[in-house]
Amino acid sequence: MQHSITGSSALSARPCFTFYRPSGWTLAAAVVALIIATPILTILGFLFYPGSGTWQHLADTVLADYVINSLLLMLGVAAGAGSIGICTAWLTSMYSFPGRQLFVWSLLLPLAIPAYIIAFTYTGMFEAAGPVQEWIRESFNLRYGEYWFPEIRSLGGAISMLSLVLYPYVYLLARTAFLDQSVCALEASRTLGCGPWRSFFFVALPLARPAIVTGLSLALMETLADYGTVQYFGISTFTTGIFRTWFGLDDSVAAAQLSGLLMTFVFVLILLEHWSRRQARFHHTTNRYQTLPNIKLPPLMGWIATIACLLPLFFGFLLPVGQLTQWAIMTFSEMVNESFYELMLNSFPLAGAAAVLALIPALILGYGNRNRATPLSRFLVRLSGMGYAIPGTVIAVGVLIPFGALDNSIDNWMLKHLNISTGLIFSGTVFILLFAYMVRFFTVSLNSVESGLAKIRPSLDEAAKTMGYGGFEILRHLHLPIMKGTLLTALIIVFVDVVKELPATLVLRPFNFNTLAVRAFELASDERLADSSTAAIAIVFVSIIPVIILSRTIAHSRPGQPQ
Amino acid sequence: MTPQLQLNKVSIELGGQTIVSNISLELKPGEIGCLLGHSGCGKTTLLRSIAGFEQPASGEILLHGKQVASPQTTLPTEQRNVGMVFQDLALFPHLTVGQNIAFGMRNYSKKETNQRIELLLELVGLPHLIKQHPHQLSGGQQQRIALARSMAPRPDLLLLDEPFSSQDAERREQLAREIGHILREDNITAMLVTHDQHEAFAMADTIGVINNGKLSQWDTPYNLYHRPNSREVAGFIGQGVLVKGTVLETAKLHTEFGEVCGNFSQPFPAGTEVDLLVRPDDIIHDDRSDNFGCVTKKAFRGAEYMYSLRLPGNTDVLCLAPSHHNHKIGEKIGIRLELYHLVIFKHTAQSSFLASETNKI
Repeated sequence: MQHSITGSSALSARPCFTFYRPSGWTLAAAVVALIIATPILTILGFLFYPGSGTWQHLADTVLADYVINSLLLMLGVAAGAGSIGICTAWLTSMYSFPGRQLFVWSLLLPLAIPAYIIAFTYTGMFEAAGPVQEWIRESFNLRYGEYWFPEIRSLGGAISMLSLVLYPYVYLLARTAFLDQSVCALEASRTLGCGPWRSFFFVALPLARPAIVTGLSLALMETLADYGTVQYFGISTFTTGIFRTWFGLDDSVAAAQLSGLLMTFVFVLILLEHWSRRQARFHHTTNRYQTLPNIKLPPLMGWIATIACLLPLFFGFLLPVGQLTQWAIMTFSEMVNESFYELMLNSFPLAGAAAVLALIPALILGYGNRNRATPLSRFLVRLSGMGYAIPGTVIAVGVLIPFGALDNSIDNWMLKHLNISTGLIFSGTVFILLFAYMVRFFTVSLNSVESGLAKIRPSLDEAAKTMGYGGFEILRHLHLPIMKGTLLTALIIVFVDVVKELPATLVLRPFNFNTLAVRAFELASDERLADSSTAAIAIVFVSIIPVIILSRTIAHSRPGQPQ
Repeated sequence: MTPQLQLNKVSIELGGQTIVSNISLELKPGEIGCLLGHSGCGKTTLLRSIAGFEQPASGEILLHGKQVASPQTTLPTEQRNVGMVFQDLALFPHLTVGQNIAFGMRNYSKKETNQRIELLLELVGLPHLIKQHPHQLSGGQQQRIALARSMAPRPDLLLLDEPFSSQDAERREQLAREIGHILREDNITAMLVTHDQHEAFAMADTIGVINNGKLSQWDTPYNLYHRPNSREVAGFIGQGVLVKGTVLETAKLHTEFGEVCGNFSQPFPAGTEVDLLVRPDDIIHDDRSDNFGCVTKKAFRGAEYMYSLRLPGNTDVLCLAPSHHNHKIGEKIGIRLELYHLVIFKHTAQSSFLASETNKI
């Protein structure tokens, strides 16, 4: 999913009357926020529930593995994604070298590939039976076991895969931070006797640190949320552990408690993110900008820079997409049939419905808090907006428990009084899936609505009023046209996020209901890698849309320049 | 003649705090008024209550003789027919200049609207910008478009909330003068809010100095400068110092300059200790004078020097002298007081310099 890349925009603090009388909206906003926060509150509640026998068993056996593997994974991704992101961001924002213009936006492309897809694509290429090792054996006349080759299905492999697709978060935020820095700060450091390298390490990098930490915490949230890659590589982490406890050991309480533990990890990252976003304000050097110098590198250095930027793009996007395309051409006639169309007919309307559903509560909350945000309402927004950081697996557990209980009590009541069994009217249908998507992706919509509303300063409403416009006319003639673009972006981003989403869909989908992501993952898990490529490539295609939107935004985001 | 705007004892409370208290004033048709005061003095709140964004806690507001706001009733902004130019201008970013101006003219025919847009753009001197979007304009252009937009529906009263605050100091006065000219040409009644006295002088017929939510003086610019009715107004408007003196008899004071004669701004019995307001232009540099001042600071202003002088009794005063009179710091120069109307206040222990930022030289 795409996290918000800009800081939450501050609304004008000036008290004023806009066309909404507060109480109704504030109340509606509180109710909506509470409903969306239900899964998170459920999981948090289970942290205080006495541990079952299973919990003790977990603690004695695999829990340490989960913790250590998850931590190692995070550490590795932080190092990998961090170094790739910072290097490419620095090169593309400060120097000019062959292909720079192209790299500025194309370095974002790996964001379009879900980690589980790149994982099985690489497995197909680099496992023992894959083309690469086969080529080694044939050309050097060796047999399997007689040469060293890195094992792709390993912790290191997972770290590489996740780093390759998550570095754009760091790249994006670091680049914005480097561009935001006044050149003057760098030039001042040069006049004070620091060379370019010292200036980078002692001025540019510390100034960009908050943005880099924000980018890293977003990448690490995705790392913690990942289920597909670690499951496919057979690594025991929290997400795979929750699945195993729920489905293997059939213990919902222990699964919820594991989820709660995972959520405490996430909280740390959320706090880190908020903290660094706040710090970023203090690292703002000036409001006067100068065009960046774009130091021209000498030919040799220039080509080294080109290669340095090409590598992540090649391994994170071109190579896997090339492999997928080759497989897709191979299996096209066989795989693209009615059942493939059915997958699309399941995925796309589902994603569309989820996008609209996530927008409605965002609008209610956005307007409810627009001018009269109280500490309580701000807290509720924070709480309900946490879904983006919570792994899909955890959200699945968090919605299944309350809705399962609700279904059971409705069923019991109906049986007792009307003698009809209603079954699982919520948790067994598409309803619960849509609700889970709404919880997870609501933040994306909320951020868009809030940034859209921030563009409509209270004075615009007031100006319209002095020109004789009443409440709904202002909404129609002012708010809708101004917010149109942002709202559309929110719809597209949530749509794509839902198409990519794997773990929550795996758990919550109704019986026999398949989406592109689920099918791709199932086929890959059955070692039918080539067969999974058509669904995978469809996902990648759709996922490129928000990346293009994103790259257009950053192209125009240089401060001090008219849009 | 019915006043276009009338405030009767208006008080406004926000969040339990009294922001503005007991303000009464009037604007005649075609008159340009100004509320002048430091930020946070309540002038913007008062303006917003005239627009209908805040409701008075007591008192009433009348537009064209008709009550529009009182503690009991309030006419919604959209029905008051007031125009407003906002501090941030509030141009609609998604509309062109022409569309922005047309926004408030829904009740006019298309032909009339187009004619008025042309006329207003002509008036503000930007007829070529009709198809541009606000972000393509410079700050000054945006200002004039915001003004044209607020004038388009022919409001009964135009409100301007610090409209020049985003401009640099030199531009402000010029823009204020231009816009005052445009408003007079269209015979529009207007009320400006600002903290910049030069802006107020450049534009307004009548200025109200607001201090801590109270209206200190509602008067012409000339009277505010030459006949301030309180220390606050004297301190806020223009430069100057207060010199201690004693009343000898009616229209005669004893000060460090010797005896000073002139009409008193308010009567005091003989023997009262008073403070006399002395503006820089009241002290004339005169080599033949018996009074001396020692130069402590000087600032070159082009046509003149602003000297800060220390009198023998250790009082500091300001003196504006033609710039060919170039004296060194420490030099003693002759000065003469030229005052016909004496602005005096009862003496207090305060420092002789008024608390005005502009006194810094």
